[in-house]
Amino acid sequence: MNYFDQDLTSLHADLVAKKISAVALAKATFENLREIDPKLGAFLNLNEEAALKRAAEIDAKGINPDNIMAGIPVAVKDNIVTKGLTTTAASKMLEHFVPVYDATVVEKMAANDAVIIGKNNMDEFAMGGSTENSAFKVTRNPWDVSRVPGGSSGGSAVAVASGQVPVAFGSDTGGSIRQPSSFNGVVGMKPTYGRVSRWGLIAFASSLDQIGPMTRTVKDNAAALNMIAGYDQHDGTSSKREVPDFTAGLDGNIKGMKIGLPKEYMDEGIDPKVREVINNAVKKFEELGATVEEVSLPNSRYGVSAYYIIASSEASSNLQRFDGIRYGFRADDVKNLEDVYVRSRSEGFGDEVKRRIMLGTFSLSAGYYDAYFHKAGQVRTMIINDFNKVFEDYDMIMGPVAPTPAFKIGDEISDPITMYMNDVLTIPVNLAGLPGMSVPAGFADGLPVGLQLIGKAFDESTLYKAGYAFEQATDVHKQTPKVGGAN
Amino acid sequence: MAEERINADQVQHVAGLAKLEFTPNELETFTGQLEKIIGMFEELSKVDTTDVPATMRLSDDTLREATLREDKAVKSDDQLRRALLNNAPETANGLIKVPTIIDESGDGE
Amino acid sequence: MNFVTTIGLEVHVELKTNSKIFSPSPVQFGSEPNANTNVIDWGYPGVLPTPNKGVVEAGIKAATALHADIEHHTYFDRKNYFYPDNPKAYQITQHDKPIAHDGWIEIEVDGKKKKIGIEEMHIEEDAGKNTHESDYSYVDLNRQGTPLIEIVSKPEIASPEEAYAYCEALRQRIQFTGVSDVKMEEGSMRVDVNISIRPAGSDKYGVKTEMKNLNSFNYVRKSLEYEEQRQQRVLMSGGQVQQETRRFDETTGKTILMRVKEGSDDYRYFPEPDIPALNIEDDWIKEVQATIPEMPGSRRERYINEFGLTPYDAGVLTQTKEMSDFFDATVAQGADPKLTSNYLQGDVNAYLNDKKVGLLQTDLTPEHLAGMIKMISDETISSKIAKKVFKAIMAGSEPVKWVNDKGLVQLSDPAKLQPIIDGVLENNQQSIDDFKNGKDRAVGFLVGQIMKQTHGQANPKVVNQLLMTSLKAR
Repeated sequence: MNYFDQDLTSLHADLVAKKISAVALAKATFENLREIDPKLGAFLNLNEEAALKRAAEIDAKGINPDNIMAGIPVAVKDNIVTKGLTTTAASKMLEHFVPVYDATVVEKMAANDAVIIGKNNMDEFAMGGSTENSAFKVTRNPWDVSRVPGGSSGGSAVAVASGQVPVAFGSDTGGSIRQPSSFNGVVGMKPTYGRVSRWGLIAFASSLDQIGPMTRTVKDNAAALNMIAGYDQHDGTSSKREVPDFTAGLDGNIKGMKIGLPKEYMDEGIDPKVREVINNAVKKFEELGATVEEVSLPNSRYGVSAYYIIASSEASSNLQRFDGIRYGFRADDVKNLEDVYVRSRSEGFGDEVKRRIMLGTFSLSAGYYDAYFHKAGQVRTMIINDFNKVFEDYDMIMGPVAPTPAFKIGDEISDPITMYMNDVLTIPVNLAGLPGMSVPAGFADGLPVGLQLIGKAFDESTLYKAGYAFEQATDVHKQTPKVGGAN
Repeated sequence: MAEERINADQVQHVAGLAKLEFTPNELETFTGQLEKIIGMFEELSKVDTTDVPATMRLSDDTLREATLREDKAVKSDDQLRRALLNNAPETANGLIKVPTIIDESGDGE
Repeated sequence: MNFVTTIGLEVHVELKTNSKIFSPSPVQFGSEPNANTNVIDWGYPGVLPTPNKGVVEAGIKAATALHADIEHHTYFDRKNYFYPDNPKAYQITQHDKPIAHDGWIEIEVDGKKKKIGIEEMHIEEDAGKNTHESDYSYVDLNRQGTPLIEIVSKPEIASPEEAYAYCEALRQRIQFTGVSDVKMEEGSMRVDVNISIRPAGSDKYGVKTEMKNLNSFNYVRKSLEYEEQRQQRVLMSGGQVQQETRRFDETTGKTILMRVKEGSDDYRYFPEPDIPALNIEDDWIKEVQATIPEMPGSRRERYINEFGLTPYDAGVLTQTKEMSDFFDATVAQGADPKLTSNYLQGDVNAYLNDKKVGLLQTDLTPEHLAGMIKMISDETISSKIAKKVFKAIMAGSEPVKWVNDKGLVQLSDPAKLQPIIDGVLENNQQSIDDFKNGKDRAVGFLVGQIMKQTHGQANPKVVNQLLMTSLKAR
């Protein structure tokens, strides 16, 4: 069983009609996974026994016809804590860590009878854009297994792209949902900051992190966001705003929509083949009756620097709790407390995590705070103001997700700056806390290229509406990758 | 911003704050990489941020009377306490055990 | 050479809330190790802090008691440092925008009153507790997340005596708000001090030394006295005071060097991104302020003006909130204020000192104390009987019922007393004769006889009156 021919709507219909049971669906999912995933490495840890038990319970009580997620197999990025199910954040630091509570999104999955199949590989603590920073395994791009899946939610993107699950949940701090979605040809939404509870998401950068869904289609994505969105008393930064039905208004009609195309997102730093795909997408939107005009986000070019200062600073503080005392990895043969700290952390963290911790600690340290951390906060304000100005006149912004399609495994991992620059188009959205979505837009040399849609705060609905209209007008989402692909 | 961006001594100092240690080879590599990255950060010094407030947190709303948690105590069950202790590398009599603390000055409070 | 002394105090006060500042775990002492903890207190991966409304309200109350300005737009910061009792390796505190600033309290030293400025007051979380043994330390996170307020004085304290008076005044005002027990011995009040001296006439502060976690107000005074003199000796001998942290040795009364400070510690403070900024509107402040109990100064004035107590008595009664509340409650039951004051300062206080307990740990209630005092006032019982009644109410007895049950009501009715007096006189002609011959001693003997017959319950005043009349009539 793969998920290329069916979307959530048809799966749900089959479950309700008892053409297939939740148990049969889960079993078929694991069967397919065992065949496909050894070639791709999307999963770190499977939840087979518990999933089958859960599916049986759901079958026993019956599929709720009003709940599209009932009985649906889903995958979860391994930085989202699952009670009783090992959660590693792809770090040696948490190799054997078994959480004692569920993330709020995981509770919502349980409450909605979604069936958690397993945990996805990722860059360690979500730091990276290729999933090469995992302490445990390499994840490969199903469109070309010599290439990276992107990251940090690389495992989640691959699990969906290769048809192993219809829905996966990732997290996005600087592009970690959108960029792997672009690299794998799937739909990935980073919701507005505050739309989804962060309770149980192992913090990377608290003011930037958001959990979001990755799916094959826009409508499936909207349904998955419906399930996890909303205020949570455990997260003081989650919003009390009412959550609309994101699947409403998906009618293909975007006549009169005003869209801004930032010139900074289409400059010579972007691979010409990627630009071509985006330009074709612009034409399609115009054919659909939208107007697309060039706009400017002048300070977005400073986003990478501002982001790496802010995210690393917050991360340096958030990751201090991994100290070898209360949980997780403790180095052997430690003689004193300082040993526990220094050796556990030095042996438990990988290089990229250490690099970010060092950058963040430096940026916050005495004598540097004003020039780095505070300055980055000011630039962040200017980036927010740029977006606000554009949104005075436009309903949505669009552009590429990443400057290039998926690159070769091993090509960029040794050069942090090149790696960081890959995030240039996704970072400003996190800095401003806006919703951003990657929708499959075409191919460059056989590799998927995503179109990024950026909305006003809490206006995910417009992105879904536009994304759906675009998707229905193209056949990009019907293509399937080499590995796992049905055709 | 600083003339000399960062040298090996400073990297050592920062590593001390972060409770990390590096071999001489690692130190050399990290110093070179951090130097480059911090060099990139210096582009921010070109941005005129006079009178621009810094954004330090994002939230849809501020906390106020109605949004704070009511002062009600919830005691964890013993099962959770056992699970928490069970995850700790070393425990004794319900306490978390750590090798001796050498620095008596503690938290510097 | 004359020196000017400058002292600053940082006082931590544990707030008496139901739950912790950022987690719903109970704030409770004496529980099993780590029993009052949850995933937040352990700093588990993925947890987030949820700020407690009660802590903000306690902060508003304390700030009001310190005459401080409350910040309408405040927020939390992270202070980063590694220590086993600090699970996240950062403490959530307030660094940039504390909840209150620019307050003052009044102190009195040698009859002279002085206002000491408060620089700022902020709210923060307490750490867990480490116990150290030879090779290992043990961590209990029960205290982790207990809410604290930290009160930082302005450098306006000029002597160890003033520092002592400041601690007293601060403790008293905070205690009267009800937000904390403020008990040094239980660690709910902890004091750090710093002191510097400079030659008189110089306007530049000297280098200061610090002493942390002093256990009593006496140690605050003694350590500062020692440090003041030590610094003087250093400067007089041409030396320089080092910026350092010192420890007060309680047995020798001296301070000992712990560590020299090289620059300031690098805590890498930055705004806490997990907690939105906190808006404190005027309406809320007013609402909270309306619930603050009356402060000691206002109570003293009321005791002097309304009840006619002496300033000394009013001062003693307002030393602690529990004593003052008890006094007010007793008077509210109709007891005479002066008698109540005398009893609380006299017999009750002696009892507390003897048993080494607090007022609220005894079985005495304001109702019972008032019941006894009212019986004294209306002469239902004699002062002699009152001694017995006092013992009974300290043991929890209801005084009116107890006196009735024991038949100890004072006999004041002349109609009942006269026949007894007459009887005694009939049988003691000798005493009547002695009286007539001017021997006053005879009266004492007769009164004794009457008291004997009434088992000590006769009202001595009435007996005296009736007896004199009867004697003269014979």
